[in-house]
Amino acid sequence: MAADSKIDALGQFELHTALGPLGRSVNFTQSNLMMVLGGALIIGTLIYGMRPRAVVPGRLQSLAEIAYTGIMSMAVGSIGPEGRRFFPFIFALFFFVLMGNLLGLLPYSFTYTSHIAVTFGLALMVIVVVTVVSLRIHGLHFFSYFFPVGAPKLLAPLIIPIEVISYLSRPVSLAIRLFANMVAGHVMFEVFATFVVLLAGAGALGTAAGILPMAINVVLVGFELLVAVLQAYVFAILTCIYLHDAVHLH
Amino acid sequence: MEVAAAKALGAGLAVIALAGVGIGIGNIFSAMVTSVARNPAARDAVFPIGILGFALTEAVALFALLIAFLILFT
Repeated sequence: MAADSKIDALGQFELHTALGPLGRSVNFTQSNLMMVLGGALIIGTLIYGMRPRAVVPGRLQSLAEIAYTGIMSMAVGSIGPEGRRFFPFIFALFFFVLMGNLLGLLPYSFTYTSHIAVTFGLALMVIVVVTVVSLRIHGLHFFSYFFPVGAPKLLAPLIIPIEVISYLSRPVSLAIRLFANMVAGHVMFEVFATFVVLLAGAGALGTAAGILPMAINVVLVGFELLVAVLQAYVFAILTCIYLHDAVHLH
Repeated sequence: MEVAAAKALGAGLAVIALAGVGIGIGNIFSAMVTSVARNPAARDAVFPIGILGFALTEAVALFALLIAFLILFT
């Protein structure tokens, strides 16, 4: 059996239809399956967690309450008292990204946030919501955001384009940050796993040496758990910061 | 020069940018450790900002890695 000299790192991100003929008819891919699963998990945790409605919460109710209060304190802490209006948006965004990142760490599953289509869609939604909110609250005064107070007027032709470009680069950086983190993590998994297989093809000594890439992979899964939660948190907190800028215009 | 060799060289050059990211992340955590050492009560205030700074700096690292992957695989 000839060993492949090229490591196929990116083939794992290809989409195939799931759920047999039903999936093939509507092009329901494993990415969509994971999205449905993630959404069902969040909604299920909230519904079944809050069912007892105890004053002293049990474990599942604690989980639901911590999720709620955590995101609420993030929104109100970053945006101010008006942040309560944006709580459902931030909550849905955070947990959608969190489920996407975390579910991908299970074997044979798929990380739907590892596709730029998904992350750019989310980032585009964030920038549109932020701009529309700002336009609604401040009207045309929104455009004063691009000329910071106290900057010398002579520099305006230089500052305004720079500010506009940096505003428009926000969704791009949001999307690429999440997408590249997920892709890099999973590519590293695949590369070290391929090392194990390639070493095993080199005989008994190779199989024994294959322990090392395997150990690295174990540590990598732990690191990717941290990255999954961190990237979801960063996506949500940056959305809160952009909303703060939109509501307060500075 | 054949395309595969040029691709490999390009990817190698692209990841030189990670040196700056390493310095940046070291800066963030050095500032965090110094501030907690001077004022241990500041830990809960400083930690979320430090983690946010780390994630944003890591994003720059991944931009460079993305360019390397684009060069290498397309």
